[in-house]
Amino acid sequence: MEHTIKPLFRQGPSIAARVIVLALFSILLMALDQRQSVPDPVRYMLAAVVYPIRLVADFPFKMGNVVSRELSGRRQLMAENERLQAQRLLNEARLQKLDALEEENIRLRQLLDSSYDIGASVLIAPLMRIDLDPYSHLIQIGKGVRDGVFRGQPVLDANGIVGQVDKVGPLSAIVRLTTDPSHAIPVRVNRNGIRSIAVGTGNLRKLKLLNLPNNTDVRVGDLLITSGLGGRFPRGYPVARVASVTTDPGPAFARVLARPTAALDRLQEVLLVKRDQQAVQLASTTDETNSPPGKQPRP
Amino acid sequence: MHSAARIILSSLLAGLVLTVLPLPMWAKSLRPEWTALILIYWCMALPQRVGVTVAWTVGLLQDVLQGFLLGSHALAFGIAAFLTLKLHQRIRVFPLWQQALSTLLLLLVIQLILLWVRGLSGHPDADWQYWLPALTGTALWPPLFLGLRAIRRRFQVQ
Repeated sequence: MEHTIKPLFRQGPSIAARVIVLALFSILLMALDQRQSVPDPVRYMLAAVVYPIRLVADFPFKMGNVVSRELSGRRQLMAENERLQAQRLLNEARLQKLDALEEENIRLRQLLDSSYDIGASVLIAPLMRIDLDPYSHLIQIGKGVRDGVFRGQPVLDANGIVGQVDKVGPLSAIVRLTTDPSHAIPVRVNRNGIRSIAVGTGNLRKLKLLNLPNNTDVRVGDLLITSGLGGRFPRGYPVARVASVTTDPGPAFARVLARPTAALDRLQEVLLVKRDQQAVQLASTTDETNSPPGKQPRP
Repeated sequence: MHSAARIILSSLLAGLVLTVLPLPMWAKSLRPEWTALILIYWCMALPQRVGVTVAWTVGLLQDVLQGFLLGSHALAFGIAAFLTLKLHQRIRVFPLWQQALSTLLLLLVIQLILLWVRGLSGHPDADWQYWLPALTGTALWPPLFLGLRAIRRRFQVQ
C-alpha cells in the first residue's frame, strides 16, 4: 500500500520548539555579524549561493545598456571619442606636472621624517544594478575576493571617495557609501588643514562635519580631502565640498554640511584602491599644508 | 512530489529576485516584502511542506542578498511562519479581504522585528514610510493569492 493517508498531525519536533531554536540561532548569528566575526567560509558560501539571484535581477539593466550602446549612432560615438581624446590629452599634461610635484613632495616629506603614500594602484569594478537595504546606502559591485577585494577597502570614482567595502563574496562585494548614516570618514580642509570627521546623513548629497567650533575657519566651497588618519583611507583624495556653514551661538559646534564630490547617485563604475605594502605611519601628525594651492586650469 | 518542491522553490526565488530588482526612486519605499508574502501563502496552503525552517532559510538568503545584518530577516520570517502555521486553519477559510487583513498583521510583525533589529544594531530610526511596504503587501495579497492558488492547482502542488 503505497498511497497512505497523510497524517494530519505529523510534525517532528513541535513547531514551537523549532521556532525557538531557530530564533536563538538567528540572534546568535546577528550578534556575530554585528561584531564582524562570522567565519569567512560561511560568508563566502552564502554570498555564492545568492550570486545567481543578483545576476538575474541585474540582467535587464545590463541588456538595456548593451542595446543602447548598439543603437547609439556613429556620429554620437565619434563625438564622444573626440571629447575623450581631448580629456585624455589634458589629463596627461596635468599628470606630467603631478610627477614633478610628487617627487618634490616626497623630498620635502623626507626632510620632515614623515611617510608618503606612493601612487596606489586601482582596480576597476562595474556596478551591479540591484536594490539593497533601502535604509542604508549600499551598492553592489561585480568584483570580489577572487579579484583581491577585501573588507574595508577604499572605493573611489573619478571625482572622489565613494565609500568602503563592507561585505565581500567570491565574485561580488557590497560597498557602504560615505553618506550612509553609519559611516564616518576622517577629513581635513584642503585650504588650511583643519581636521574633522565627515559623517553620513542618509541623504546622498549631504555629509555632516563633526566637532568644528563656532569660530572655525571653514568656508562654503572649501574642499575636504581624506586626512589619512585612522589608516583606512589613503590621504589626499577629495571627499566633499562644504555646502553650508551655520553658526548658532547656542550649540557648542558649528553646523557644517558638505556635498560629496563623487557622483554617488550616478555611479557606473568604481575604482578600488589596492593598498600594496605601505602601512600608514602616523609620524605625519604635523598638519602642514602640502598640496599646491588650487588646480591649474591649463597645463 | 519532486516537481512540487521545485515549484515552491522557484516561486520563492522569484520573490527574492523581485526583492532586489532595481526600482525608480519613488517606488522604492513601496516595494512589498515579496518573499514574506509568498512564504505566508505556502505556509497557509501547504503547512506540511513549508514551515519555519524553510522561512528561516529564505530569510537568511534575503539578508545576504540585501546586505542586512545576517539573521534579521531569518528571525522575522521564522516567527511570521510560526504564526501563520498556528493560524492557518482559520485564515484559510476567511474571505479574501479578511485574509488580506491577517496578512497585514503578519507583515507588520515582520517589519516590527526588523525595526527592533535595526534599532539594536545602532541604525537611526525610520520614518512613517518605513511601514508602507506592509500596506502595499496587503493590497497585493488578493491577486497574489489567486495567482499562486492557480499555480498550485494547475501543477497539483501538494
